[in-house]
Amino acid sequence: MADLRSDFIGIRSPNPFWLASAPPTDKEYNVRRAFQAGWGGVVWKTLGSEGPPVVNVNGPRYGVVHGADRRVLGLNNIELITDRPLEVNLREIKSVKRDYPDRALVISLMVPCDEDSWKAILAAVEDTGADGVELNFGCPHGMSERGMGSAVGQVPEYIEMVTRWVKQHSRMPCIVKLTPNITDIRKPAEAAKRGGADAVSLINTVNSITSVDLDLFAPEPTIDGRGAHGGYCGPAVKPIALNMVAEIARSPETRGLPISGIGGVTTWRDAAEFLALGAGNVQVCTAAMTYGFKVVQEMITGLRDYLDGHAMELGDLIGRAVPNVTDWNRLNLNYVTKAVIDQDACIKCGRCFAACEDTSHQAIAMKPGRVFEVIEEECVACNLCVDICPVENCITMRELAPGEVDRRTGLGRGDYANWTTHPNNPMAKAAE
Amino acid sequence: MSQARLSPGVHSGRLSADELARNFSDVAPPLDAHEARVAADRCYFCHDAPCIIACPTSIDIPLFIRQIATGTPDAAAMTIFHANILGGMCARVCPTENLCEGACVRMEAEGDPVRIGALQRFATDGLMAREGHPFRRAAPTGRRVAVIGAGPAGLSCAHRLAAKGHDVVIFEARPKPGGLNEYGIASYKTVDGFAAAEVEWLLGIGGIELRHSQLLGDQMTLEALRAEFDAVFLGMGLGGVNALRTEGEERANVLDAVAFIRDLRQAGDLGVLPVGRDVVVIGGGMTAVDAAVQSRLLGAENVTIVYRRGQDRMSASLHEQDHATSSGVRIICNAAPVAIHGNGAVAEVEFAYTEDGPDGLVLTDQRFRLKADQCFRAIGQRLEGVPVGLVLEGGKIAVTGPGRSSLDRVWAGGDCAAGGNDLTVTAVAEGRDAAEDIHALLTGGDNG
Repeated sequence: MADLRSDFIGIRSPNPFWLASAPPTDKEYNVRRAFQAGWGGVVWKTLGSEGPPVVNVNGPRYGVVHGADRRVLGLNNIELITDRPLEVNLREIKSVKRDYPDRALVISLMVPCDEDSWKAILAAVEDTGADGVELNFGCPHGMSERGMGSAVGQVPEYIEMVTRWVKQHSRMPCIVKLTPNITDIRKPAEAAKRGGADAVSLINTVNSITSVDLDLFAPEPTIDGRGAHGGYCGPAVKPIALNMVAEIARSPETRGLPISGIGGVTTWRDAAEFLALGAGNVQVCTAAMTYGFKVVQEMITGLRDYLDGHAMELGDLIGRAVPNVTDWNRLNLNYVTKAVIDQDACIKCGRCFAACEDTSHQAIAMKPGRVFEVIEEECVACNLCVDICPVENCITMRELAPGEVDRRTGLGRGDYANWTTHPNNPMAKAAE
Repeated sequence: MSQARLSPGVHSGRLSADELARNFSDVAPPLDAHEARVAADRCYFCHDAPCIIACPTSIDIPLFIRQIATGTPDAAAMTIFHANILGGMCARVCPTENLCEGACVRMEAEGDPVRIGALQRFATDGLMAREGHPFRRAAPTGRRVAVIGAGPAGLSCAHRLAAKGHDVVIFEARPKPGGLNEYGIASYKTVDGFAAAEVEWLLGIGGIELRHSQLLGDQMTLEALRAEFDAVFLGMGLGGVNALRTEGEERANVLDAVAFIRDLRQAGDLGVLPVGRDVVVIGGGMTAVDAAVQSRLLGAENVTIVYRRGQDRMSASLHEQDHATSSGVRIICNAAPVAIHGNGAVAEVEFAYTEDGPDGLVLTDQRFRLKADQCFRAIGQRLEGVPVGLVLEGGKIAVTGPGRSSLDRVWAGGDCAAGGNDLTVTAVAEGRDAAEDIHALLTGGDNG
């Protein structure tokens, strides 16, 4: 049976599933329940400087995007960092860590952007027994207006500067948490690396308005008739997070920099995808906030079964898909597939026909008796029918054999060739 | 257990008032908003959806379900009513497993269709509970149309004509409108006076005058109506009941199922309705099931439906058959009545098993008798009082296209017209389509 024990930048945990710094990790009671449920680690909700804590709104702080049957696809929040006194949090962290020495306990930090503030908070967390710190350069709401959170994460020079202070004033492993609210995720990751970060974690939440109250004409969540943008998370942001993780994992400048993957991890499969794209572990929040801490048990058994089924250990999975992440111009233009509809599995809903006929290439015929057939002469293999078919594996893509004629183009399938050498490319160079 | 419950013969009061109230409550309680949302989320919004094709009124089902799913149930109701103004009743009585739900692609996928009927009821109930009527009439045309019968076909026709700006007079033979909706459907399918409320709501469009106790041939003639009105729509249903033509049929307590169902629907107090301890219902359609199940619900101990052909030929849907058997009704197929025995009143019904061969149904020598102190005929109804001059087809009014009869400016639809299938929803479609044809002829100058 695959061993799920994880060692992430020297921080050990019984599995690679950590709870992200967020409402579920704001206090001892919750974190103890999380550890009892089986979570490998937690990143304690962000601590601020000593003194009067921040205050939160007293109206709704979450907004939501629902799928069918009110399934939570995305959650947004306008909650700030912990609103409990620093000394209470520190006392509780110490108490939990003492009782759970085998679990990872990392403390998220966010203080004003000056060296003294960071020096002070690092000294304060030093004797809690925590395993490391995570620098919250990601929160896009509230704190960013005060020059913290994503206000730092959006300026690579600040990231580098603060990371350097942290490494200078603390022995603890340091994870830099990145905001996705930038144009190129590689730049802040490079800055963190330059500053001496041991790892990056991403993504923090995405700037968002989840919905608008059409009676009040105000964004939701609505506070007394007004709304502010919040941070979006949950399954909806996973594709954005996967891409950003992969960008850092394959960039020559940041290759090898440990990554803690965050963003919409809901099942073991989501976690496995982050790991395959180079994340050393994953952090979870929305799934726990939707279903409770017990979800980790499915993640543990699912990941273990998957690894066993593929005769892999955890380390074999991490980064395994990174070599296959490439640029568009490296894709094989001579790879040809055609949609195939399994008539036995087809339930005759006709959505493939409507989608292809109305919005794509008119490559599906509707025949008497509601029989839907692919017209290979028209099919460009766009995959839309596969994606919108309600029956899994009813429509699949068949790869043409080498030499087999593509009935759309009349050309036999050739060997690998990409855009860089394509005759239509004005910048094309002769094949090397 | 009360003595009344087991006493032989035909008696009222076999069950307590509480038991009766429970037995005759809504057989399919309405969905609440949450249930509707969950059910609506299962619709795939199919292309050229099979459910629409299966609906005799062609309601755009995927559209109305999407409207429910997106929080606009009133818009959903309007989608339904535009196609079927009696969508509320159809949501209750349609054999959906043979129509929309039977065609739902979820049947192919999971054997469990989207709950289209229940969703239709959710949408239509919501809109009908609102103040006022949602349709407005077009500008008056000055044309007048007579509609015979305030059943589903006549009401549907009248509403569509009124919406087009024509003035309509409905002549209804009975004291109340609604036709089979009011008199011919099991009580538990349409509780709380829904049939009457639906007619009142429908008439809210205006321009429809309802004259009751007006039987064609008695109070007025087709000739006179044709002279007075620009067009006539015949939707009087089937007034006669087929006889068994079985020896002993005249014995007491051998009754028409339709009369039993009618009396039950009109009864103020179910406790006064007499029912046998041993009841035999002869027939295989919805009427047979409605009579049999309601006999059980009134307290009959043994109720048996006997149908002369195989179960696959029963016109009662499988859902109805299941409802009957789960209500404690026994169904015997392939048996036909040959004699009704008794001394004055029925005491036993004798049947012969049948075989359905190439030359039709033949009786075998295998006989059996069922104890019966009450026997209901439910073997179909027939058209009565046909006005002179109308061409018939199979005992019903022959029609071409959208309900045109053999007489000029006379249309027919619903059960009295040939070619239908005795369903409420089909009657609604025929009434609507005839109205469109009448409107086209009245306004197109091609009305002779």
